[in-house]
Amino acid sequence: MADTSFSMVPTAEPALPSRPLTHLGVEAGGAFRGCCGVGAAFVPLGLAFGVLVSHSGLPWWWATVFASVIYAGSLEFLLLGMVLAVMPLASVAVTAFLVNFRHIFYALSFPLSRVSGLPAKAYSTFALSDEAYALTINPAARDWGRARILFVQLFLQLFWVVSVTAGARGGILIPDSVVGLEFAMTALFLVLGIEAYKAGRDMPTPLAGVGCVVVARLVTPGQMLVVSLGLFTLVLIARYLWTGRASRHTESRDAHLNGRVHHA
Amino acid sequence: MPDSHYVLAVVMVAAAITWALRAVPFAVLAPLRHSELVRFLGDHSPAGVMIALVGYTVRNVAWLDPAIALPILVSGAITAGLQLWRSNLVLSLAGGTAVHVALATTIAGGLGG
Repeated sequence: MADTSFSMVPTAEPALPSRPLTHLGVEAGGAFRGCCGVGAAFVPLGLAFGVLVSHSGLPWWWATVFASVIYAGSLEFLLLGMVLAVMPLASVAVTAFLVNFRHIFYALSFPLSRVSGLPAKAYSTFALSDEAYALTINPAARDWGRARILFVQLFLQLFWVVSVTAGARGGILIPDSVVGLEFAMTALFLVLGIEAYKAGRDMPTPLAGVGCVVVARLVTPGQMLVVSLGLFTLVLIARYLWTGRASRHTESRDAHLNGRVHHA
Repeated sequence: MPDSHYVLAVVMVAAAITWALRAVPFAVLAPLRHSELVRFLGDHSPAGVMIALVGYTVRNVAWLDPAIALPILVSGAITAGLQLWRSNLVLSLAGGTAVHVALATTIAGGLGG
């Protein structure tokens, strides 16, 4: 267990004379090395997002603002299109809610209890990206303390912000005749979808997703995303209620059979 | 071109909702942990949500125009194939996107806005 009593903000704990700095350095170095693999995945995506912003007509620095303040890659891609279409703020709010709804499940296992102090907790929850979550719940991260977790989150965010900014600044060099970079977003969701499928190997889920998308596209093309995500959530709830009833039925039958076996 | 106040408002709304979704569940963790429905949604929603997002990103594609549809279908297959083969996020994203940029630039123009 790392020294969780050490804190970057002043606390009532007695200060350790020289150890904290070395300790911080070790934690920062370890965090940086651990982040490089995931951080590398941010680079092509961040560059692509930055280039799209610089080609959208918005001032380039909005890319940096999006990356630092929102810090949710997939939502940033979607928002760029919504901003350019001047969509109402209510649509922005609903989209942000549905696209990032998955984050509520991270609270079930992210080790926030090890990140002491309100400012640290505030940053740690703000920077709780998919990648930060994946790294910190990894079995290898079981003995990470406060400093290590915070450094990992900080470095991941820096990877994203720097990549996006570099793309936005360098995007000016790419001629407008080069098109098709927005496919990076399609590719990202496709890859994340494949990974999500691999985690569960549950075919009805992606099929229901496809069905909801097609229905939303045909019935409500103007509100396609919100309708398809909402519809998909309803389908899942219905399926939960249905299978729950079925399994409760099976359980009671099993219990009944077991009871008979016991009696026999 | 949208004005800066509007863009700033979009950023603040999106940031506030994203942060709330990341922070608030810790406060209401206890009931969530025992909700079977929440756990079921947590297990099953990511795959479907990602599919919905894929569909959303290609919503304006003119599928009947092979000059637009072909680059997307080919690079989509390459992205998925690379991911199934190597499970390397960087490779799949960079490979699929590079193929799409090459095909779309030489054949036609992007996802059609």
